[in-house]
Amino acid sequence: MQPGLYHILFISAALFFIGVYGFLTRRNLITMLMSIELILNSVNLNFIAFNKYLWPGKMDGLFFTVFIIAIAAAEAAVAIAIIINLYRSHNSIDVENAEELKY
Amino acid sequence: MNGSTVIFYLLAALTLVSGLLSVSTRQIFRAAIYLLFSLIGIAGIYFWLNYQFIAAVQIVVYVGGIVVLIIFSIFLTQQAGEKLLKQKIGRKIFSALAVFCGFGLTMLQVYQNTFYESADEPVNTGVSDIGRKMLSVTEGGYALPFEVVSMLLLAAMIGCIVIAMRSPKRITNNEQGTSNDELNKL
Repeated sequence: MQPGLYHILFISAALFFIGVYGFLTRRNLITMLMSIELILNSVNLNFIAFNKYLWPGKMDGLFFTVFIIAIAAAEAAVAIAIIINLYRSHNSIDVENAEELKY
Repeated sequence: MNGSTVIFYLLAALTLVSGLLSVSTRQIFRAAIYLLFSLIGIAGIYFWLNYQFIAAVQIVVYVGGIVVLIIFSIFLTQQAGEKLLKQKIGRKIFSALAVFCGFGLTMLQVYQNTFYESADEPVNTGVSDIGRKMLSVTEGGYALPFEVVSMLLLAAMIGCIVIAMRSPKRITNNEQGTSNDELNKL
């Protein structure tokens, strides 16, 4: 069977829920960030698949993917800056230890 | 079953298996490496779909940028050889249950829906076509979102610098011999 839209939607849905599972079970901020990256990637895959199979004459999905990648990179950089700052003041990057909002 | 199909299934298996290992392994460094392979698998799927530019961006930004950033932050924050804490089994079971239900519902919706595949002529997605479209201000151009994203990147850059910078007050206090712990109590 030639892979088509449904196969790619299956992959991206599976990847999304793998990311959600990681986000729910992990308690370390860096691994939670990794789960978020998986979720964002599944969204990108969806955009590309819809663009390829349903609207091949347009480029909207492609541009959305480019912009999402840019925003994900910015988000990862800010999140890692926050995590390293948190490690400096708390000596731990566990979410259970990060319950105060200031300092 | 021709070569293209086999390659697609190999890429799908690489992506999903390494994604699953990435969220389930207890060694954080291995999690980062599995994430790397998962992202490479997705880049391979983009290549398979004939979107070479997106695949290249994926490899440059994710594999070359974000994963390296994550690995560096692991080096900065984690003791070597330390495993992540074991999770409560109840939390794992409930998360897995929620995830399976969500996945089942989503796939049910997807398979019940009929997508009308278009027979339009595919547009060229070479780098020059994408660049021309991205910077065009005419009908159907993407100059405005491009500018918005560039503003966002600038804001994120300044935000990163401000967050990572130590506050001057804390530095002067450290020079006077006040420890960080005492400052935290204030």
